[in-house]
Amino acid sequence: MCLGIPAKIEKIEGDFAIADFNGIKRQISIQLTPDIKVNEYCLVHAGFAIEKITKDYAEEIKRYLKEIFKETENG
Amino acid sequence: MDNKSIKKLYNLINIESKKLKNKINLMEVCGTHTMAISRFGIRSQLPPKVNLISGPGCPVCVTPVSEIDKILEISEKENVIITTFGDMMRVPGTFSSLEEKKAKGKDIRVVYSPIDALEIAKKNPDKKVVFLGVGFETTAPSVALTLKQAKKQKIKNFFILSFFKIIIPPMIALCMDKKLKLNGFICPGHVSAITGAKIYKILTRKYKIPCVVIGFEETDILTGIYMLLKQINNNKPEVEIQYKRVVTYQGNLIAQKILKEVFKKIDSIWRGIGEIKKSGLALSKKYSQFDAEKIFSFDISYSKEKKGCRCGDVLKGIIKPVQCPLYKKKCTPEKPVGACMVSSEGTCAAYYKYGEK
Amino acid sequence: MEDIITVAHGSGGKIARKLIENYIKKYFLCPELKTLEDGAIIKINSKKAVLTTDSFVITPYFFSGGDIGKLSICGTVNDLTAMGAEPLYLTCGFILEEGLKIANFIKILKSMKKTAKQAGVKIVAGDTKVVPKSKGDGIYINTTGYGELIDENLKISVLNAKPGNVVIITGNIGDHEIAILKDREGLKFSADIKSDCAPLNNMIKKLIKNKIRINVMRDPTRGGVAGVLNEIAKSSNVDIEIYEEKLPINKVVIAASSMMGFEPLFLANEGKMIIILEDKDAEKALKILRKSNLGKNSAIIGYCKKGNGIVKIKTKTGGMRILLQPEREQLPRIC
Ligand code: SF4
Repeated sequence: MCLGIPAKIEKIEGDFAIADFNGIKRQISIQLTPDIKVNEYCLVHAGFAIEKITKDYAEEIKRYLKEIFKETENG
Repeated sequence: MDNKSIKKLYNLINIESKKLKNKINLMEVCGTHTMAISRFGIRSQLPPKVNLISGPGCPVCVTPVSEIDKILEISEKENVIITTFGDMMRVPGTFSSLEEKKAKGKDIRVVYSPIDALEIAKKNPDKKVVFLGVGFETTAPSVALTLKQAKKQKIKNFFILSFFKIIIPPMIALCMDKKLKLNGFICPGHVSAITGAKIYKILTRKYKIPCVVIGFEETDILTGIYMLLKQINNNKPEVEIQYKRVVTYQGNLIAQKILKEVFKKIDSIWRGIGEIKKSGLALSKKYSQFDAEKIFSFDISYSKEKKGCRCGDVLKGIIKPVQCPLYKKKCTPEKPVGACMVSSEGTCAAYYKYGEK
Repeated sequence: MEDIITVAHGSGGKIARKLIENYIKKYFLCPELKTLEDGAIIKINSKKAVLTTDSFVITPYFFSGGDIGKLSICGTVNDLTAMGAEPLYLTCGFILEEGLKIANFIKILKSMKKTAKQAGVKIVAGDTKVVPKSKGDGIYINTTGYGELIDENLKISVLNAKPGNVVIITGNIGDHEIAILKDREGLKFSADIKSDCAPLNNMIKKLIKNKIRINVMRDPTRGGVAGVLNEIAKSSNVDIEIYEEKLPINKVVIAASSMMGFEPLFLANEGKMIIILEDKDAEKALKILRKSNLGKNSAIIGYCKKGNGIVKIKTKTGGMRILLQPEREQLPRIC
């Protein structure tokens, strides 16, 4: 129901920031994630950062898969 | 993702499904999930006992014709600029669509963000700039914050036509629907980032329906389905988060606060489902100066849903698109009859694109 | 002379004459244009001739990687090229909006001259009209092109795709449209991307001279790769299957597409060709294409199969979906 695209914060200017979407740059609002810092990642929807995320999505996926497979092997 | 993990996950689902007593129905509420499930061809690869049905989580699809007619009427007024997300351009009202109005010379502009709409208002002080607010809890905070800014900057020519909806009330309504036997919810990922997974508590407690908040990768969805099956077999309905890299139990507290400040809950009509109590968001008193409903007057007594379209039953998961007599015949993405075929993530469009049965 | 276009420039009077003499003729000069007759006399060989015409309307008319002038030459040259023809002569018609800066007009003329030279075509006739302010977007250009078939035995047609044929694209998909969107007011994003706008005739001629058996050729402009493939599949009554992982796409185009919810295969290109050819010639064709700077990212992206006009795409994760004919311009969306 809502596209959420990861982006990296490049520069912060008050309530706004320049975010890098893998080569595309655009101003976004960071009012919903005020603690975010330069070089950190967030999920962007309609020009607003809605949540901070970790850089490596793929790593996270690997981690939970490992967990779930281990769990089932033991059980 | 690597094929090995995906095979393994299907295998786990298979093993777990053997323990099921009956056929079960899992509902993916969110349109992005519907799209992803179709794209990965998950439906056809699940064991026969596990049935996925699609729910009312596409904002374009649930907006009733009468509301589309309102924005079309506003576009006819003098000195108005309509701003909207691209999603709404082609959605048919009773007689027309925003795209058609634009072709006829009305000033209608597609924006990526409500901030851009506010910019347009600042640049055109002699025009009334109306932003069409559609979406769920993910999108509403962005409009709320934009309005806060408009207020701070004392902008007088910016208005919102708020069709925002909240997702929990229809989920409760679906739990109570006797025609539907729901055994689990695939809860939307990005709405939950704002609201937190806590909002689903009522579904597990009161209606005993397992809820898992799930991400949008193939492995996310399969892992989530596996988690749901386990809950069903253990007969312990609870709220779980699979999409931990984005969603927390509490959600984004800042967003929740601003939503409360700028909006109030109202009864709202969902296309095909009907009116649901306290399921819509209108501007609160404090922000009523920005409310397009109060600034413009309309007469939409002519509003009528398209004949024969069964979007309502599709949105409730009662029928699959293929069971609609118009599907693929009179209704295609090239010539859509209902909103479920217009929206890029509408259930009918997803089934069509991925050739699902 | 004033530094903007006025209605007088379109009046047919002295000022109009000046515009033609001082600018248009200056840049496009060749024997056929010299005397400014009502028409140009051109040499036509006994070969089969190809004629085409196209009009160009674009906002903004200067964009990263090109301008409307370059576009108007490339578009018509590439249409002739797609027919297997060698482009020889062009005519051009300008519709100028009152208020257009003369300096901008000159920039556009220069760019047309340069592109025509690169493609080896002559501009032999032209026309200029001026419309009142706010009745146009600065400048519109129409170009008509004349060319001759390079190899008369080659039957290139949208009807000729056959099961087993290979589908080649001559480079990255979608650069043009994303570059234009970036430069347009409204979406407010920046990115390192340029339009691919380029004349393809020299590169394609090498294929034909090397006896590559091309069955269909089309440049995927508006409607993109998906539009062209659907047209071919329907006209030739075959299915076309393409592979997502084989598609050459710049990462910026992927990023822009995911940000705004676009399908990259619907995006317009202005310097790419889709070539459908006998599978035995595919590798050789690729080698020739990749030697050219304009074709260095050429790739085999799929195959034709027996069927009834459906285009399918195999996704990276192994799923199969129908690739529809695009409707119209894509709009950024939130869901
Ligand atoms: S196929 Fe078309 S008419 Fe039928 S329910 Fe879907 S959108 Fe409505």
